Amino acid sequence: MSLAACLIIPAAGAALIAACGRRPNVREAISLASAAATFALAVLFTPEVLRGERPRAVLGEMLPGLELVLELEPLGLLFALIASGLWFVSAVYSIGYMRGNREENQTRFYACFALAIGSALGVALAGNLLTLYLFYEALTLITWPLVTHHGDDDARRGGRTYLALLLGSSILFLLPALAITWWQAGTLDFRPGGILAGRVSGWEASGLLALYVFGIGKAALMPIHRWLPAAMVAPTPVSALLHAVAVVKAGVFAVLKVVIYVFGLEFARESFAWLPWVAGLTIVAASVVALRSDNLKRRLAYSTVSQLSYVVLAAAILTPLSVAGAALHIAAHAVGKITLFFAAGAIYTAAHKTEVSELDGIGRRMPWTLAAFGVGALSMIGLPPAAGFVSKWFIVSGALEAGQWLALGVITVSTLLNAGYFLPILYRAFFKASQGAGHGEAPATMVAALVATAALTVLMFFFADLPLALARSLR
Amino acid sequence: MLEHLAALIVVVPLVAAPLIVLVRSRRFAWIATTAASYLSLLFSVQLFWRVATLGPVSYAIGSWAPPWGIEYRVDALSSFVLVAVSLTASFVAPYAQRSIAREVARDRQYLMYAMYCLCLSGLLGIAITGDAFNLFVFLEISSLASYVLVALGPRRQSLMAAYQYMLMGTVGATFYVIGVGLLYLMTGTLNLADMAQRLPGVPDVRPVLVALAFITVGIGLKLALFPLHQWLPNAYAYAPSMATAFLAATATKVSVYVLLRFYFGVFDPARLFEHLPTREVFVALSLAAMVAASLVAVFEQDVKRLFAYSSVAQIGYITLGIGVDNQASLTGSIVHLLNHGVTKGAIFLLLGGVALRAGAAAVRLETLAGLGRRMPLTALGLALAGLSLVGVPGTAGFITKWYLVVGALERGWWWVVAAILASSLIALAYVWRVLEAAYLRPPAASAARGEAPAPMLAAGMAMTALCVYFGFETSFSAGGAADAAALLLRGLR
Repeated sequence: MSLAACLIIPAAGAALIAACGRRPNVREAISLASAAATFALAVLFTPEVLRGERPRAVLGEMLPGLELVLELEPLGLLFALIASGLWFVSAVYSIGYMRGNREENQTRFYACFALAIGSALGVALAGNLLTLYLFYEALTLITWPLVTHHGDDDARRGGRTYLALLLGSSILFLLPALAITWWQAGTLDFRPGGILAGRVSGWEASGLLALYVFGIGKAALMPIHRWLPAAMVAPTPVSALLHAVAVVKAGVFAVLKVVIYVFGLEFARESFAWLPWVAGLTIVAASVVALRSDNLKRRLAYSTVSQLSYVVLAAAILTPLSVAGAALHIAAHAVGKITLFFAAGAIYTAAHKTEVSELDGIGRRMPWTLAAFGVGALSMIGLPPAAGFVSKWFIVSGALEAGQWLALGVITVSTLLNAGYFLPILYRAFFKASQGAGHGEAPATMVAALVATAALTVLMFFFADLPLALARSLR
Repeated sequence: MLEHLAALIVVVPLVAAPLIVLVRSRRFAWIATTAASYLSLLFSVQLFWRVATLGPVSYAIGSWAPPWGIEYRVDALSSFVLVAVSLTASFVAPYAQRSIAREVARDRQYLMYAMYCLCLSGLLGIAITGDAFNLFVFLEISSLASYVLVALGPRRQSLMAAYQYMLMGTVGATFYVIGVGLLYLMTGTLNLADMAQRLPGVPDVRPVLVALAFITVGIGLKLALFPLHQWLPNAYAYAPSMATAFLAATATKVSVYVLLRFYFGVFDPARLFEHLPTREVFVALSLAAMVAASLVAVFEQDVKRLFAYSSVAQIGYITLGIGVDNQASLTGSIVHLLNHGVTKGAIFLLLGGVALRAGAAAVRLETLAGLGRRMPLTALGLALAGLSLVGVPGTAGFITKWYLVVGALERGWWWVVAAILASSLIALAYVWRVLEAAYLRPPAASAARGEAPAPMLAAGMAMTALCVYFGFETSFSAGGAADAAALLLRGLR
């Protein structure tokens, strides 16, 4: 059993999906089976990693001294578990969504979807920066056909912004960051304690950090965040799994890896001084934009931008507690936000509504969907009993420990703003007079999927042990 | 037999050409061409292996010992170029039959094959010879043949493009021969290695400097060094598809080899780079090419011209490595001879298939509309090769860019790093336009469906596969280039 299987299964799944394009039932079965197999494989690796082992697989040598290598460590395993587990749920959801909306090119959709998850797993398992960069770029390219799925003018515009910002930032900033790291440190490996300590001076580290965090455009730090709302032209399952989980989490995951394993928590604290400001600004500004958008998916997208910066902010606090909080928040935000997107997609499929202002009284016609939406919203605000509370708790504790008053202030303001843009939706849905009728819940597979992720959100509040154990065994 | 490899590699295609003209059968012409191409690949791989294991090979033509006779000399650099050229030839030859049948008048098709063989022979000869005048002869053989190849193109403008190419090319060759004449005057030898030994003893430096200038400008014309690239876009756009693919992948690259050979093997590199503004000139011209030519490509509607301008920009990458002048950057330059050859070869081979299916001589952006549905494999190949032009990791182009960026960093030239990255970004813009046309524009109602004929598609896709292969497995490409770069820096002298 090798690590490479985690990448081969999705790739093989994509090939089979493409081959079975004419028989939709077989095609969807393959999609479910490869998701299940990938998740099972990630689960099988869990005890090993918790014991402290680091499974490793060398795929080849790309350049002298620069290998393509996979290595599973706690953070990567956490990301792999989330991505593959939620892939299965959203594969169930996609069946209802794609058929319910009579989307075209479904074979291409499912095949690219599998390849995208494969690339995300490649990011999760990457054993050095070069491998991470390779899969990071692959993820951008393979999700482009998904973003432009509808092929109309909107899709073309969205796809252009998407590709230009993501590829542009990685070419302009991330690639030189890698080259400088290689030139100064002589290695691109992820090592506990970092590889840059003693190799670069304070202000150089500061500049290099800037190249990294802005080069990893998928982390959506302002001003490189516009691609995320642009990507919302995609079908909702794409927005849900890729633009709330796989793609954006690949971004913040990469930032975390760079902070922990390239810079190291002990090294160059002062060079991180500016990062909390940028992350804090992103959190607050994106929340304000979310507050002002009427389009539901756009509101969710800006909420994602803001929540991603929680992870960056937590990483920038540079204490073990806050880093554990960052890792937890990757998981917590993933299950919460996918629930919200699933709900948005269900509303679109059942009622063809996309704007918040059209949702009056919809909670009475789609009680399951809106209840699940409520759970997701609680998690975003950070209230119990939802997973978001746990991760926020750790981040706040870390901030207190480090005396980061800025972070505390930002989190407080943003919690209020989050409540400000989520609670009115629930109020509208359940307490306002209904407008229009004639529809019930969305197709059963969709409702099942969103209830499942909502349940996960609650479960992760009560049983945070596994993600916590993984997050704690970092360093 | 084995010791004659060095001569055979040139002689086989050179003999094939007159045979093709004598027999005048299209079928024979194609078989002879393919056989010559594969034989040259076989020979060059053997030579490469021999040089890698046993060191440089020297072969005296007619057993006249150098420096009096003509010496063929194969070292790490020339064997690398030989493999790059013959590798391209082995993809172009199987492709040629269907493509030439569609694009060239029946009674002239055998000429096309004959000229291709001559061109191949000339290019291989340039890479293998160790004699300055013999090099001029091969340069002219390959150039004259390529003028004819362009002139046989299917469009009315082909003749004009060939004429333009010929004028510029002839000026280049003349300048080169003037430079060599001056060197001969001062050293009394034509053997490159011998010339290098005698040059330091030459009392009067001025004629040598003049020779350097003539050779730089002459070869600069041949390799389309910005701003001497004016002939290139038309020649590439109006030549028959197979000729475009072959010339784009090989001709300019071999000229770069000549430049490297003279700069590092004849003139004193220390003097050249320390006392003369060589670095500044090359870096400035290369950056101008990388940015200006890419920008022109962004606004070009004719797809073959778009990629021709992209070639000018990519040649800028190659010459940039010479200007930065260290181990990493020279490795980048040399590996890009192969990487860009494979990438552009793949693109032009695939575009030939598109032109054939569209039934038009010109491939415009509208012609590509809906290509993702009509010719899915071709579109995929264009996308992958396009990404290699941008330098996305996992493609050959990334390897080049990595070496160039590291090389510039080692010099501390941040602005060069920034320019390389900016140029990749512009490349993304023009590749993006092609991808958008292929995947997001609905096909015209009249557009033909179906892939290109199997041999053409197979050649194009195989070359695309090489683009990806050289992005992952670099022990031959980057390894061979690193050896050649180390040889250059040690001094070929």
